Amino acid sequence: METEDDMCQNNWGSLSSSSKLEDGNQAFAGFTSQQKWEDAEILDYEMGIEKNLQAFDQMKPSSGQDNDNNNKNNNSTQANVDFLQGVKAQAWDPRTMLSNLSFMEQKIHELQDLVHLIVGRNGLVAQQQQQLITTDLTSIIIQLISTAGSLLPSVKHNMSSTAPGPYTGSAVFPCPREANNVASQSQNSNHQRGATQDFDLPKPIVVDERDSHVVEEHEMKDEDDAEEGVENLPPGSYEILQLEKEEILAPHTHFCTICGKGFKRDANLRMHMRGHGDEYKTPAALAKPNKEAVPGTEPMLIKRYSCPFPGCKRNKDHKKFQALKTILCVKNHYKRTHCDKSFTCSRCHTKKFSVIADLKTHEKHCGKNKWLCSCGTTFSRKDKLFGHIALFQGHTPAIPLEETKPSAQRGSSEGENNNTGMVGFNLGSATNADQETEQPGFMEEKISFEESFSPLSFDTCNFGGFHEFPRPMFDDSESSFQMLISSACGFSPRNGGGGSVSNTIL
Amino acid sequence: MKKAKEIHISEPFDLLSEELVFIILDLISENPSDLKSFSLTCKWFYQVEAKHRKSLKPLRPEYLPRLLSRYRKTADLDLTSCPRVTDYALSVLACLCGPWLRSLDLSRSASFSAAGLLRLAVKCVNLVEIDLSNSTDLSDAAAAVLAEATSLQRLKLGRCKLLTDMGIGCIAVGCRKLQLLCLKWCVGVGDLGVALLAVKCKDIRTLDLSFLPITGKCLHDILRLQHLEELLLEGCFGVDDDSLRSLRHDCKSLKKLDASSCQNLSQRGLTSLLSGAGCLQRLDLAHCSSVISLDFASSLKKVSTLQSIRLDGCSVTCDGLKAIGNYCNSLKEVSLSKCVSVTDEGLLSLVMKLKDLRKLDITCCRKLSGVVSITQIANSCPLLVSLKMESCSLVSREAFWSIGQKCGLLEELDLTDNEIDDEGLKSISSCQSLSSLKLGICLNITDKGLSYIGNGCSNLRELDLYRSVGITDIGISSIAQGCIQLETINISYCKDITDKSLVSLSRCSLVQTLECRGCPNITSQGLAPIAVGCKRLAKLDVKKCPNINDSGLLALAHFSQSLKQISVSETGVSEVGVVWLTKIGSLQNIAVVKTSGLSPSGVAAALLSCGGLRKAKLHASLRSLLPPSLIQHLEARGCAFLWKDNNTLQTELDPKYWKLQLEDIGP
Repeated sequence: METEDDMCQNNWGSLSSSSKLEDGNQAFAGFTSQQKWEDAEILDYEMGIEKNLQAFDQMKPSSGQDNDNNNKNNNSTQANVDFLQGVKAQAWDPRTMLSNLSFMEQKIHELQDLVHLIVGRNGLVAQQQQQLITTDLTSIIIQLISTAGSLLPSVKHNMSSTAPGPYTGSAVFPCPREANNVASQSQNSNHQRGATQDFDLPKPIVVDERDSHVVEEHEMKDEDDAEEGVENLPPGSYEILQLEKEEILAPHTHFCTICGKGFKRDANLRMHMRGHGDEYKTPAALAKPNKEAVPGTEPMLIKRYSCPFPGCKRNKDHKKFQALKTILCVKNHYKRTHCDKSFTCSRCHTKKFSVIADLKTHEKHCGKNKWLCSCGTTFSRKDKLFGHIALFQGHTPAIPLEETKPSAQRGSSEGENNNTGMVGFNLGSATNADQETEQPGFMEEKISFEESFSPLSFDTCNFGGFHEFPRPMFDDSESSFQMLISSACGFSPRNGGGGSVSNTIL
Repeated sequence: MKKAKEIHISEPFDLLSEELVFIILDLISENPSDLKSFSLTCKWFYQVEAKHRKSLKPLRPEYLPRLLSRYRKTADLDLTSCPRVTDYALSVLACLCGPWLRSLDLSRSASFSAAGLLRLAVKCVNLVEIDLSNSTDLSDAAAAVLAEATSLQRLKLGRCKLLTDMGIGCIAVGCRKLQLLCLKWCVGVGDLGVALLAVKCKDIRTLDLSFLPITGKCLHDILRLQHLEELLLEGCFGVDDDSLRSLRHDCKSLKKLDASSCQNLSQRGLTSLLSGAGCLQRLDLAHCSSVISLDFASSLKKVSTLQSIRLDGCSVTCDGLKAIGNYCNSLKEVSLSKCVSVTDEGLLSLVMKLKDLRKLDITCCRKLSGVVSITQIANSCPLLVSLKMESCSLVSREAFWSIGQKCGLLEELDLTDNEIDDEGLKSISSCQSLSSLKLGICLNITDKGLSYIGNGCSNLRELDLYRSVGITDIGISSIAQGCIQLETINISYCKDITDKSLVSLSRCSLVQTLECRGCPNITSQGLAPIAVGCKRLAKLDVKKCPNINDSGLLALAHFSQSLKQISVSETGVSEVGVVWLTKIGSLQNIAVVKTSGLSPSGVAAALLSCGGLRKAKLHASLRSLLPPSLIQHLEARGCAFLWKDNNTLQTELDPKYWKLQLEDIGP
């Protein structure tokens, strides 16, 4: 326990010092990526402090099931349990609080030094240095805030454990960023802890998360989607929340408490709030809520979401329930899977989407994929088209002439077949991951779902998408291959509508 | 004779079963005119002949509807004589032939498009073979249509330059039964299309990828084809050693590999290409960039069963030849044409090992000199069937004296531009089965030598006496007497030849090609007997025979109905004769390059009335005189024009002078 505190200190210290040394931009980038880290496993540590016994009981029977899902996880299930117990003891140790406080003190000193530095060099600071210092400042402040927040949960946990059940609050959605931030802290400490302590946390496998988003090439994007990742939580180790359909489809989630105006983003709300008076213009009011809101929420608790649609695999009543990770995931999942696709591409007038971000992503690429297969699938590269044709019996290149239009329509009518075709590429080895990693974050629920269940996805975190697959492996004359595709790949990648259907295959 | 026989049995045809008549027809079908007279005998014969005929080669697409409704069971349709085949013609053809049609040749036709091909593909479900070579405006859309012809086995797309991978991809997916595919000069087709072919068409036996911008990448897939027998990679500059490095294949079925002119393929790449092809029989490495040395030849170790090798234009070392002899001693054909570095020693060391050698080509191996080498070849290769040694000018006349005795099986002998004399010809005359003899520019031979040939080689079909100026009418007449099978004869620039030769040659009724360019003593009186006697005459060259005039052409117009190609440039013919020529229905190529005696209107009339004309070679001055609309019209009909200016090409009649010029240019 003392070691952990030391860890925290060392780690954070090193973080800030290293960011001092490094170029400002780099440090900043490193920081944000850390913030995006989110490890389901590590979150275990944060949660369950109250109800760990209950969780322990739940985990034991479920560990067998986990074997199927996650090798890494089931190796460490037992360790996890031990760890949870340790955490419980830790959380109530006043010495932890003390060391946290001293850590904060140290941080404040650091902050002071930094500010002195700025004052001392006033006017002489170069643009880059300025940036560097600002970055450093930001990181230290954030650390301070989150550490301060970690002092509180001990009180708060009682509340949450006594009030279980579906989370139905609408005004204040738990912001994923909080959890991430905490997760990044704990992950930092986790790295070193592994060496010193007798229990071992599962390795963070989410690090490659963004690589794994390559499954879908075109359609999906969302700036927040990077937060979506692999879920390998043992059942019961998290709290399941289920929002109602109306809440999911509500256009706004953040409402002004004064005038009632709704906003999609909290940041926009905060900007809006400035108009209501000077008290909303303070830096504290304008800062990201996770910094100040930590005391008000329970960062230690893992929340997972369930889709309200009965029978959906993302619904908690489903036999093989696979939780959704964030509110955004819920929204996108629900819209993609259970809603009408009301957004039609203005270029091809063929593709329809239910999530506007998907439409925008598609429109970016629409028309660029000039390599067309008779099944309606388009490719941006000729070799990909030919790989596709080599793979599937009966598909032929479509000659782009006046018959382009009909063939595209034919393709959409054969949507199901088409989709299966696309999925087939996920089987392939991943060699072109680098091309794909440039597009982080899309297809949240599908990614996580695919990764956690497909046995193939483990070692090759980055799917080659349909960029590369070894043609020699798949002889189109072999029917076994067709079987392989239909059985092993069970999600519908883009047209969303088929998603739930194919989900059930798994 | 036949007619007489048929008249006798005009009544009791009921006794004669159709099958029997079919057998008779099989036997007489070699000569088209026989079939014609047969079918004209009576209505029943007419019908039987129509039922029997399987292949058609119409001269004009306009006749197609009537022809095809008469010959209902046409399976092979050759449209090479029709320069213009429209979509309409194709759809008529498709409707009339329907499922009977198995093979269609459109290689010399143009102005059809995807629409016509679609009709064809849909209606002619049993179409097995189609030749679309030279359809330079054939697009991918047409290829996609072609993919509908799923039963297609043999497809030739040579020089379809607009085709891309997409079109080939369609064909690959649609025509799964393809066995032969020629993509020569389809420069738009790359690795992807070819690789897809290999994946989809598993039955491919022959694949011609010559001059395609492919790399070794697609060969990895190609060489996995289980039935691949012939692979032609001529001029594939993208195929290099690096792209073949990892090539591992086991293509036991491969029999023929053509890697000629693959400039970037050296020994390393070749070794990997040959590594799995253990049963290779024919290998073509002509014009390859590397020196055929000992090292290079070692890559042939793997293909010890090789029967034929072509090394034309390569630089060959003595050691290399020796090694080839050692590694591949079952070789039957060796071609070293234009390998200027071949020496007597190297050739000998190769030939000594090859007891089975049948064909040897040492054209232009100018370093060969000794009497010994040719004698040795003759001695060690008694089974030699074909020997081509054009321009081995250092080989002395004595070398040929024994060649006939040693190689009695010779069928083809090319001694153009050699020192052979009458004594040598006497020796050669003992080769009973000789069918092709080329004695061009052999200045030492005389009528005496030719008389030996005439007496001995009764099977001679082709004789070339180009610029062999020692020949006179006597020699030709002895040939005409002895070699009754003669089909092709060239007596160009034999200045002593007169009409008498032509009169004697008219006895050879099978003559199809007669070239007597530059014989000033030939007149129209000589041409008339040729026209009457040689009914099959298809090619006639009387260029630079100033004494030929319109009366000669009149005879041709009357009697030579199979004439396809004629050159009457620089003769005495006028527009009247040219107009007469247009009576010949099968005429395709005409060359009338002369300035005097031709009025533009006369030429225009001749060109217009010549329906099947493909190529017209005219004097450049006529170009501006003929109305442009006429030229456009003719070009639309499928006729190509070649405008020639006399002044640019001055050839001397004096053979000595000509030869001197050649030597100046030479080595």
